[in-house]
Amino acid sequence: MPVINETLGQYSELFMLLAAGTYTVAFIAFAWDLAKSSKMLRAVDLKAAASSANEKVAVAAGRVSDGLGAPDAGGPAGRAERPTSGLTVEGGTAAGDMKYGGVRRAPARVAVALTVLGVLIHGAGVVTRAFGAGRVPWGNMYEFLTTGAFVAVAVFLIVLIRRDLRFLGTFVIGLAIIMLVAASAAFWTPVGHLVPALQSYWLIIHVSIAVLSSALFTLTFAMSILQLLQSYRQKNLAANRADNLGFMRLVPNALSLENLSYRINAIAFIGWTFTLMFGAIWAEKAWGRFWGWDPKEVWTFVIWVVYAGYLHARATRGWTGTRAAWLSIVGYACVIINFTLVNTVFNGLHSYSGL
Amino acid sequence: MSESVKAKKKSPAAESTSAEGTTGEGKLKRAKSEAALPALGFKGMLRWAWTQLTSMRTALFLLLLLAVGAVPGSLFPQRPANPSVVTQYIKDNPSYGQLLDALQLYDVYSSAWFSAIYILLFISLIGCVTPRAIAHYKAMKSQPPRTPKRLSRLPEYGTLALPADAGIPASKAINDAAGLLKKRGYRVDVRDVDGALPSLGAERGFLKEVGNLVFHTSLIGVLVSVAIGGLYGYSGQRILVEGETFVNTLVGYDQFTPGTNFQSSSLQPYSMQLDKFEATFDRESPGKAGQPIDYTAEVTTKENPDAPGKKEVLKVNDPVSLGGTSLYLTGNGYAPMVTVRDGDGNVAFQGPVTAKVQGDNYYSSVVIKVPDAKPEQLGFVGFFLPTAFVTETGTSFSASPELFNPQLSLNSFYGDLGLDKGVPQNVFELDIKDLKPLNARDLAAGGITLTPGATVDLPEGKGSITFDGVKKYIGVDIHHNPGQLYALIFGFLAVAGLVMSLYINRRRVWVRTGTHADGRTMVEYGLLARGEDHRLAGEAAALREIFAREWNVPETPDTGTTKAVSSSTSKDQ
Ligand code: HEM
Repeated sequence: MPVINETLGQYSELFMLLAAGTYTVAFIAFAWDLAKSSKMLRAVDLKAAASSANEKVAVAAGRVSDGLGAPDAGGPAGRAERPTSGLTVEGGTAAGDMKYGGVRRAPARVAVALTVLGVLIHGAGVVTRAFGAGRVPWGNMYEFLTTGAFVAVAVFLIVLIRRDLRFLGTFVIGLAIIMLVAASAAFWTPVGHLVPALQSYWLIIHVSIAVLSSALFTLTFAMSILQLLQSYRQKNLAANRADNLGFMRLVPNALSLENLSYRINAIAFIGWTFTLMFGAIWAEKAWGRFWGWDPKEVWTFVIWVVYAGYLHARATRGWTGTRAAWLSIVGYACVIINFTLVNTVFNGLHSYSGL
Repeated sequence: MSESVKAKKKSPAAESTSAEGTTGEGKLKRAKSEAALPALGFKGMLRWAWTQLTSMRTALFLLLLLAVGAVPGSLFPQRPANPSVVTQYIKDNPSYGQLLDALQLYDVYSSAWFSAIYILLFISLIGCVTPRAIAHYKAMKSQPPRTPKRLSRLPEYGTLALPADAGIPASKAINDAAGLLKKRGYRVDVRDVDGALPSLGAERGFLKEVGNLVFHTSLIGVLVSVAIGGLYGYSGQRILVEGETFVNTLVGYDQFTPGTNFQSSSLQPYSMQLDKFEATFDRESPGKAGQPIDYTAEVTTKENPDAPGKKEVLKVNDPVSLGGTSLYLTGNGYAPMVTVRDGDGNVAFQGPVTAKVQGDNYYSSVVIKVPDAKPEQLGFVGFFLPTAFVTETGTSFSASPELFNPQLSLNSFYGDLGLDKGVPQNVFELDIKDLKPLNARDLAAGGITLTPGATVDLPEGKGSITFDGVKKYIGVDIHHNPGQLYALIFGFLAVAGLVMSLYINRRRVWVRTGTHADGRTMVEYGLLARGEDHRLAGEAAALREIFAREWNVPETPDTGTTKAVSSSTSKDQ
C-alpha cells in the first residue's frame, strides 16, 4: 500500500481553491470579451453596411465567374478546411473557419492567459493529490470532478491552439468552476486508499478515457447550445428582425458550429466506445460478468446509444442541424445524469465509487 | 461535400413528397388488390413495411427508443440482479408495485418490449447492411465514374500549365498523373489517352464503407456472442470458510444458475480449498479508518481430484481460472466457531457458522440450527460483532471491522425446526413460529452473550453453547461464459470498423489534360468527396503539390493566370 501524505493532500486542496479563483477572474474576462467584442463587431458591420453595395456586386461577379468554370474567388486556400463555408449567412456571425486573425481582442487575450495560469495551478492540484494518495487521482467523486474539470479546461486550451474557440470560454470555464465548487462543497473527500474493488489497472485505463471523452462532450455540448442560439438568431437576421442576441456576433454561424462539433463528437464517441468496452472487461475481471445492466452500465450504454443516434442523425435527411444539436445536448444531459444521479441516488455495484 | 449539402437542403420537400407518394401508392395498390389480387397487396405491403423498417429514419428512431427503453432498468430494482429487493419493493409499493410487474419493469432487459426494440433494430440493421454490402462490392469492382464535363463545378478544383518546352504532351501528363494517383492509393482509370483531351477518373477510400459494414456487422456479432453466453454458460456461488474445499459439481454450489442449454456433465470436477483469508483495513486516514484496502485469499487448487495441489492467490479484480471457469472473490465475512451440546450432554453441532454481514464494520447476523440436538432440537438467532461496543442506551454495534473484541449475542429456542419436512429453508433465517424461546433479553434467563472460549448453559437443562473462536469466510462466484471471448473480438472489430468508417475518406479525383493553342500542356483536376470530408481541401493542395513537383511547375500564386487558363481549357471542350 502506498503511504498517504496528508500534507500534500492539503496543498492540493489549496491549489484547487486558487485555481477556482483564477478561473473566476478568467470567466469574467471571457464574458467581458463577449460583450465588448460583439459591440466592436457591430460597429464594423455598420461600417461595412455602408459599402455593402460594392460587395454585392463583387459577390454576383463571383457567382458568374463560377458559372463560367473558374475556381471561386478565394481559390483553394479560401476553401481550406471548410468546403461548406459558402453557405454562411450574410454577416452577423464570426468567420466559419474559426481561425485566428482579424480583430485583436484584448479581453480575450487576458482571459486565455488567466485560463492558462488557472490550469497550471489546477494541474498542480491534481498532481499533488495524486502524489498525496500515491495513485491515480480519480478514485472517488471528488477526484473525478477535480480531475475532470482539469481535463476539460486542458482540452479546451489545446483545441484553442488550432482553432479560435474563445467564444466558448464562458461556457467551459463556467462549467469548470461549477465542477470545482461542487467537488469541494458536496463531494469533498480527504486523500485516502482505494477500496479493493478499484485496485486495478483498468481504473487507470477505463476512467481516464471516460474523463477525456466527457471533456470532449463538454465542448460539443457548449457548441450545440450556441448552435441552437445562433440558428435562431440567423433566422431572425434573415427575416430582418431585431437582433436580440448581440453577443452572438462573436460566434461562428450555426453550420460551422455543427460541423466542428460533429468532428469532436466523432472522436469522443470512439472514446466512449472504448470506455464502454473497457468497463465491460473490467466488470468481467471484478465481478465475473462483463455486462449485468447495473445502473452505471445502463447509463453508459444509454449515452453510447444516444451519440450513435447523433451520428446517424447527421446522415439522415431532415435530422441534421437543429435536431442533431438537440441529440448532442440530450447525450450530454445523460453524461451528467450518469455522473451525478447514478452515483448518488441509484443503487448499484458502482455505488462505492463515490462518497 | 457541396453535393451532399445541396441534397440535404432540398430534402425536406423531397422527403415529404416522396413519402406521400409511397403511402399514397401503397394505399391505392392495396385498395385495388383487395378486390382482385389479395396476395399481391400483401406482398406490396410487406415490401413497404420492409422499406420503412430498413430506412435510416427508422434506424434512428429505434436507436433512440432503445436508449429510452434502457432507462427504467436503472430506476426500478431488477430481478436478475436482486430478486429479494424486487419482492420487497412490490410489498412496499402496493399501489403500483404490481402494475410495474405487469409491465415487466423489473425484468426490463428480458422484457417483451425491450426485446422487440432491439430485435427490430437488428433486423433493420441486417436489412440495411446487406444491400449496402452488395452495392459496395459492385462499386469496388466497377471503374471510377466517367469524367464530368466541367471539373470546375467540383468542390475542389485546380489547374496547372506546363510550359511548351517542357516536352510533356497531354498523353504523357495524364499517364504521369495516373501513376502519381496510384501511388497515393487511388484506383485509376485512364480514358482517351490519345485523344485531344485525355482524362482519368480515380477513386479511393473504399475501406470507409467496408469499415461501416464491419462496424455494423460486428454489433450483430456482439449480440450473438451474448446470446451464446446465455445458452451455454453457467454461474454459481459458494461460501467457503477457511479450511473448506469447493468441488466443482452441482452439489458443491450454494446457488447455481445454469444457461438454457447447460449440461451438468460439462462441469469439470476441479477443487479449490481456502487456506487463509486476510483482510487489511485502513488504520491511518482520518474519516476513512476501517475502510478495507486489501483482501487476499490464499487457496490450493486441483485441476481434478487426482492432480497435485497448486497454491494460488485469489484477489478482488484478480480471478483464478480453472477448468474453463473463472472464480472470483466477491465477498467475505466472519464465521464464528461454536460447539452446541444438547440436553443429553452430547455434542450436537460443532463448526463454523457463516455470519451474514448486515451493517457497518461487519455487524453480522448469525443463525444456528441444531436439528441433531436431543431430546429437543435447538435453534439460535443473533448477531456477531468483531469489535463489540455497547452504547449507554444498550444498543450494541461494531466499532471496528477487525477482531478486537469479538462477541456473539444470541437468543435461543427449542422445538421442531421443521427441517425434516423437506421444504427447502434459507440457512440464514430461522422460522421461530413453532419454537419455544429459551433465551431472550425479555425472558428471565436473559440473552446469551459469548466471548471466545466462553460457554453458556441453556435454561431448563436443554444443553449448552460454546464460542470456540472465529474463522473467516469468502464468497466465491464461479462463472463460465463461452460467449465472452467472441464478444470481445467483435467489440474490437467494431471499434476498428468505426475508426475506419469515420476517418477514411472516400474521394474521387478526375484529371483532364489538353494542349493549349500556344503549345502549353494544360492540366485541370477536380475532387469530390462522398460524405463528410473536411480534409478534401487538404487533399487538393497535396495533389497540386505532387503534380507541380512531378512536372517541375513553379507554384504561381497568381490565380489570375490559372483562371484564364482554366476557362480556356473548359471552353475547349
Ligand atoms: C444496433 C444499432 C446501431 C448502432 C449502434 C449504429 C451505430 C452507428 C454509428 C456509430 C455510426 C457512425 C459511424 C460510421 O459511420 O460507421 C453509424 C453509421 C451508419 N449507420 Fe448505424 N447503427 C445501428 C444501426 C443501424 C441501422 C439499423 C442502419 C440502417 C437502417 C444503420 C445504418 C447506418 C449508416 C447508413 C451509417 C453511415 C452513415 C454515414 O454515411 O455517415 N445503422 N451507425
